[in-house]
Amino acid sequence: MAKSNKPIVWGTFAAGGTLTAFMTPVLIILTLLAATGHVPDMLGYEKLHGFAAGWFGKLSIFIVIFLSLWGSAHRLRITFFDFGVRADTLVATAVYTVAGLGSIAAAVYLSRF
Amino acid sequence: MGEKMSRRPYAQECPRATWYFKRPRYMRYMAREVTCIFIGAYTLMLLVGLLRLSQGQAQYEDFLMALRQPASVAFHIVALAFSLYHTFTWFNVAPKALPIQVGEEIWPDSVVASAHYVVWAVLSLVILFWAGVI
Repeated sequence: MAKSNKPIVWGTFAAGGTLTAFMTPVLIILTLLAATGHVPDMLGYEKLHGFAAGWFGKLSIFIVIFLSLWGSAHRLRITFFDFGVRADTLVATAVYTVAGLGSIAAAVYLSRF
Repeated sequence: MGEKMSRRPYAQECPRATWYFKRPRYMRYMAREVTCIFIGAYTLMLLVGLLRLSQGQAQYEDFLMALRQPASVAFHIVALAFSLYHTFTWFNVAPKALPIQVGEEIWPDSVVASAHYVVWAVLSLVILFWAGVI
């Protein structure tokens, strides 16, 4: 039987879509408050740095960034096709590369805390 | 006789790049798909924030100040609208993706979708509380 990577791609898409559905609006509200000058307590340097230094913070931040990037990358690939771009291999390579590099960057940044 | 019998070639009437303007249903589909652009861009912004946070207090304060540019505020508002649209569309198809069967009975779609909304509301409130907003 031919092997397919579809289950893996689909699995991260489903997980990413679910996570972003639950988390992204409230995260945007938090940074929107900061953007309007009302920085939430938790987004202050000391507190957020402390959160990112702990294992739970590291894990949560990584999961949010990883799944949001992979979910968006997969959907963006489909969106390019829908907008009439038929170079799917090129598009797929580009979006998954960005998602992969972003995930690695998140892990590297988190390791510095 | 071959040529006379051949059918006229099928002419593709659907324009590749603008087909979704034809029907509201297609427009809603595209609106749902493009939510990923905003969620993806927002995640990259979070990644920049994480980098700045790892570099030190001064760099992180710079990042917070950069968030206050009008373009950033506008981006947040548009991204919030698209992310909410993603949430609604995701929860509304959740019963199809995740049918829950207990014994012989399959839970009605509305129950599964409502459960998602309830969990979402509670989780959002918990995060707002944790962040010191409420």
